[in-house]
Amino acid sequence: MAAEGHSSIDPLSQFKLAPVFGPLGGTLHFSNASLMMLVASVLTLLLIWVGMSPRAMIPGRLQSAAEMAYETVMTLCVEQIGHEGKKFFPFVFTLFFFILFGNLMGVFPLFFTFTSHIAVTLALSLFVFGLVTFVALKEHGLHFFSYFVPKGVPVVLLPLMVVIEVISYLSRIISLSVRLFANMMAGHVMLEVFAGFVVMLGTAGGIYLLPAGLSLGVNVILIGFELLVASLQAYVFAILTCIYLHDAVHLH
Amino acid sequence: MHEEPGGPDGSFEERLKAARGRRGLDDPETPKGFNPHGVESSPMGIGLRVGIELVAALVVAVAIGYALDWLFGTKPILTVVFVPVGGAAGVWNVWRVFAPKSGQG
Repeated sequence: MAAEGHSSIDPLSQFKLAPVFGPLGGTLHFSNASLMMLVASVLTLLLIWVGMSPRAMIPGRLQSAAEMAYETVMTLCVEQIGHEGKKFFPFVFTLFFFILFGNLMGVFPLFFTFTSHIAVTLALSLFVFGLVTFVALKEHGLHFFSYFVPKGVPVVLLPLMVVIEVISYLSRIISLSVRLFANMMAGHVMLEVFAGFVVMLGTAGGIYLLPAGLSLGVNVILIGFELLVASLQAYVFAILTCIYLHDAVHLH
Repeated sequence: MHEEPGGPDGSFEERLKAARGRRGLDDPETPKGFNPHGVESSPMGIGLRVGIELVAALVVAVAIGYALDWLFGTKPILTVVFVPVGGAAGVWNVWRVFAPKSGQG
């Protein structure tokens, strides 16, 4: 009917980068993703600053949230890495909340999900990988390379196993980044597809209103699901970072 | 006299635990959805995890093979060699994620 102009669903257009702040942003290549990263960082800082400023014995809601955030990540570090994990707490905390706010902001309208870009998640996972390798080299020196030599393997198979171990170690970069990126992108594509159904079927009217309503219902469920995925993926990223750091510190 | 855990003779920790248990303050079940080692335990999460682990190793292996080919000018050979190795590494990744916890390594 009237939907001649938008009769096609283009679920990928939501991930387009565009410069913000007019010509200045254009010159600096300051995109909407960069802006959202800034917003995520500021929100994290606000949560801690504003939340902890009352310093009340009996915490209010925001202070509870801030304390819970601290305790959750602290337990994560200590349980996964061991008591050396406290050294890595600032890193894991930053990582977790940067990703968590990035994911959660994406659920709101007019916001941009920067974690749905492989460039962002790959940069994050490369950073994690670099840190893990650096820590392992610093802790164990050249002994670190024994990590690639599995125990109890026949000598004949050893060259093959070493190659496999190295590939498996390198594949962490890909699996860590693709997991976050794929989860976020798939969720948002699905949301947009079903939202497109609502618009197209809704404008068609008549009998089509029933499937349009159903799609709307699906979208409501999907939003809830997205909230779950957003927190879970941030948690997964943090916990995998901790597991890798554990391997680097203990080199079993 | 047989003392029950919450009785007056129990240690402070025991009495506190019993009191908290009575008030339902200690949630007995662990958080659903993830466990500390396997990270995700929903079927879709597991499936996605396995898929990504398999493909990631393969991607890395192909990249290495292709780069070495380019380096030594042996166009298809090293890529061909590295593809099965990458597949093996992927399976190895998956095994490491889901291996029984006693025989880790």
